[in-house]
Amino acid sequence: MPPLGLLCACHAVVLDPAGDVAAQQRDLLVSSTLLMLLVIVPVMILTVVFAWKYRASNKGAPYDPDWDHSIFLELVIWSAPLLIIIFLGAITWVGTHVLDPYRAIGRIKEGKPVPADAKALEIEVVALDWKWLFIYPQLGIATVNELAAPVDRPIEFRITSESVMNSLYIPALAGQIYAMPGMQTTLNAVANKTGDFQGFSANYSGAGFSGMHFVFHAVPDADFGAWVARIKAGGGALQRSDYLDLERPSIGDQPRGFAAVDPGLYRAILDRCVEAGKMCKRDMRVIDAGGRL
Amino acid sequence: MKLDLGRLTLESLPLHEPIVLVTGVLVAVGGAALLGLVSYFRLWGYLWREWITTIDHKRIGIMYIILGLVMLLRGFADALMMRLQQAVAFGPADGYLPAHHYDQVFTAHGVIMIFFVAMPLVTGLMNFVVPLQIGARDVSFPFLNNFSFWMTVVGAVLVMLSLFIGEFARTGWLAYPPLSGILYSPDVGVDYYIWALQIAGIGTLLSGVNLIATIVKLRAPGMTMMKLPIFTWTALCTNVLIVAAFPVLTAVLALLCLDRYVGTNFFTNDLGGNPMMYVNLIWIWGHPEVYILVLPVFGVFSEVTATFSGKRLFGYSSMVYATVVITILSYLVWLHHFFTMGSGASVNSFFGITTMIISIPTGAKMFNWLFTLYRGRIHFELPMMWTLAFMLTFVIGGMSGVMLAVPPADFVLHNSLFLVAHFHNVIIGGVVFGLFAGIAYWFPKAFGFRLDPFWGKMSFWFWVSGFYLAFMPLYVLGLMGVTRRLRHFDDSSLQIWFVVAAAGAVLILFGILSFLMQVYVSIRRREALRDRTGDPWGGRTLEWSTSSPPPAYNYAFTPIVHDIDAWWDMKHRGYRRPESGFNPIHMPRNTGAGFVLAVLSGVFGFAMIWHIWWMAAAGLVALLAAAIAHTFNYDRDFDITAADVERTEGERTRRLARVPS
Repeated sequence: MPPLGLLCACHAVVLDPAGDVAAQQRDLLVSSTLLMLLVIVPVMILTVVFAWKYRASNKGAPYDPDWDHSIFLELVIWSAPLLIIIFLGAITWVGTHVLDPYRAIGRIKEGKPVPADAKALEIEVVALDWKWLFIYPQLGIATVNELAAPVDRPIEFRITSESVMNSLYIPALAGQIYAMPGMQTTLNAVANKTGDFQGFSANYSGAGFSGMHFVFHAVPDADFGAWVARIKAGGGALQRSDYLDLERPSIGDQPRGFAAVDPGLYRAILDRCVEAGKMCKRDMRVIDAGGRL
Repeated sequence: MKLDLGRLTLESLPLHEPIVLVTGVLVAVGGAALLGLVSYFRLWGYLWREWITTIDHKRIGIMYIILGLVMLLRGFADALMMRLQQAVAFGPADGYLPAHHYDQVFTAHGVIMIFFVAMPLVTGLMNFVVPLQIGARDVSFPFLNNFSFWMTVVGAVLVMLSLFIGEFARTGWLAYPPLSGILYSPDVGVDYYIWALQIAGIGTLLSGVNLIATIVKLRAPGMTMMKLPIFTWTALCTNVLIVAAFPVLTAVLALLCLDRYVGTNFFTNDLGGNPMMYVNLIWIWGHPEVYILVLPVFGVFSEVTATFSGKRLFGYSSMVYATVVITILSYLVWLHHFFTMGSGASVNSFFGITTMIISIPTGAKMFNWLFTLYRGRIHFELPMMWTLAFMLTFVIGGMSGVMLAVPPADFVLHNSLFLVAHFHNVIIGGVVFGLFAGIAYWFPKAFGFRLDPFWGKMSFWFWVSGFYLAFMPLYVLGLMGVTRRLRHFDDSSLQIWFVVAAAGAVLILFGILSFLMQVYVSIRRREALRDRTGDPWGGRTLEWSTSSPPPAYNYAFTPIVHDIDAWWDMKHRGYRRPESGFNPIHMPRNTGAGFVLAVLSGVFGFAMIWHIWWMAAAGLVALLAAAIAHTFNYDRDFDITAADVERTEGERTRRLARVPS
């Protein structure tokens, strides 16, 4: 029984995340809501007030059956939303660029820029039917359905999929991005609070979709070393043939680790040529660019 | 020799799935009983002559609405099953639906609700109302209208068939590849999806062409574009959207079909295929589609607000411009459905901001309704109640929509239950409320008696409270990071929210049952609810100037229009209805060709789904032959004699005389 639910999903994690990227996304959500309430609330109040005041039984209310135009009101009803949208549009433009998942993060958290010597933890993510494979190229290890990272260190996810489209989403850490076969997306993030958080696929991917979740451990630096040591001590290797076994559809896989990983595996998955004898996408592209075999 | 049935075997029947089996048996028994009753009362001839072969836009409109309501029952049954599964499947409990079934249920729910509930209801209203509003006798191409309707029916029949023969897609309602490709969905589910939508799509496209031609060419003299009733304006924009958007859907489904049937690689993982192209194309149809649904109901709300406030619509021209702006902008926002697919920040911002811009004309419309209420005399009849519920509900959905339009915010809410709550908020709070307003508003025009207000109000309160109870918890769950289309949850602390949502769905069920009760009670009490004037609400537009129900020819004399609110204007100038001097009226003749063509399309589609190639070839040849044969049918029109017109109009004169003034 995964303990994650008891820890984090009982509150609105989107509004109270544990990572700076998700926190900034939350701030945008809140400020855009407040901006819109400037229009929404008066409209709702006026609807109720007008409906009540001008009810047919209220003979005292003025009745003006031919009044259908007012330059002043037209100006207000077009310009008030326009002003709000200009403001919101500006926030959106800036926010979208700052929080572009491809862009390396600029700060660890509010008031704390990323140190010059900080090196992001690289994690290669492969969505499989129906489990997640995480490869740590800098550490030479891999895990299934379990993810860990030290707090306050930038993380760079490079994401792909083996079969169908999925979406990597750890609400406490950062917004989601699709995982697509033969293609790579990127997500930059950082965790600020320790804890166990839920991660899952946010894009329906077939029969085992509901079970396609994992625990993300955000841990202090020292504990991360211990976690890596535990995976290494656990043994097991992920060579290409092991991967072909692993990628066969399965539902509800328990977390597991691999102490060693074929360093070319992720690239081969991305190029769709893990299977021996299959042409890699990049070679195909070279041929295509040449215009002939 | 063995009969070749392609992939179709006894295994294709759901003999091992008790839920489906029982449903199938019930449907079979109910269907047989219905057919038996029709035979017993000798109604086949009547149905064939008066309804199946009819080219009268009013009857076709009514049939569209009946189709939409029947399919609503199916789509809603799917909704109840989902809500029940999600309310019980926690921790050790796995729920009662296996993935194979549950995944079909949510796919079918989306497909049916959009294509076979909302679309027929909207098309039905436009079909019924538009020609009447512009003073026309029918649509431009009456035969085409009948054909379009039956193609839509055949699409719906194919989807229903998938319940009992084979299975439906397990892909989500837009069938994204690679999941919907032959590798990951080798069975017939996606093929049912493709052929049902292709066949129904032809009907939708042709009906769009038809209504555009009708509005452009058949307006009564004096009705310039800026005197067009506002509902007709929205119908025009919607049909422009249909004609521009549906070919994209047809093309993208054709490409998917080629991938599945002949091994092309448009959207596959390998050999240069690109699933992202599918996602883009389907949303280039999909986003305009939501405006196709919502624009006509904006028109309904405009008509209803003006009528029941006893007042001219505030800001007619600004309403028209807002509608046109929305029509154009709806093509510039499709990418907001997949900000998370990895576009760069500038692309995402562009589509986020264009999306927000749509809220400006939409907001203008909201204010226009608001100032139509201002200094009105508001009568809280049922259509007006739906309109007020819409105004209060839709703004919430609009607000959550703009939240989702901010790309970084979308990253945390995309595909979550917050999104599900948002689009149900605008589709139920907008489209469905509007359709109920429209049905209650124009029902007396169609049938000559009003709908019973008591059961209507029951339905209204159940629907509105049910909506809030069912979907507000989903907003909360979305903020808890719960994604959609899940069949099972580990975290039992979420359960309470799903139980509340399920209770909301049950309230909506009572709302639907109350609506059916309302129709039943109204038919029983039709004499008490009778409207002899043809204008029960103090209407403003032309349709209220003719009798209820209107005669086959709609107007004995084509009206001449001097004002946006043509009928209001006529009433105030002391219009007197002509009682003599009638001329013969030239009308199109009924034909069974549309029905035959649609049935043959259905046979062809079914054969393609099951790979029964001989049957597909035969169906296609028969289809072409029937289409060519129809071109040799020269018996296409007739005249209603002046004496018949005079008799019909005379009856109305006597009815009007009985109305106490």
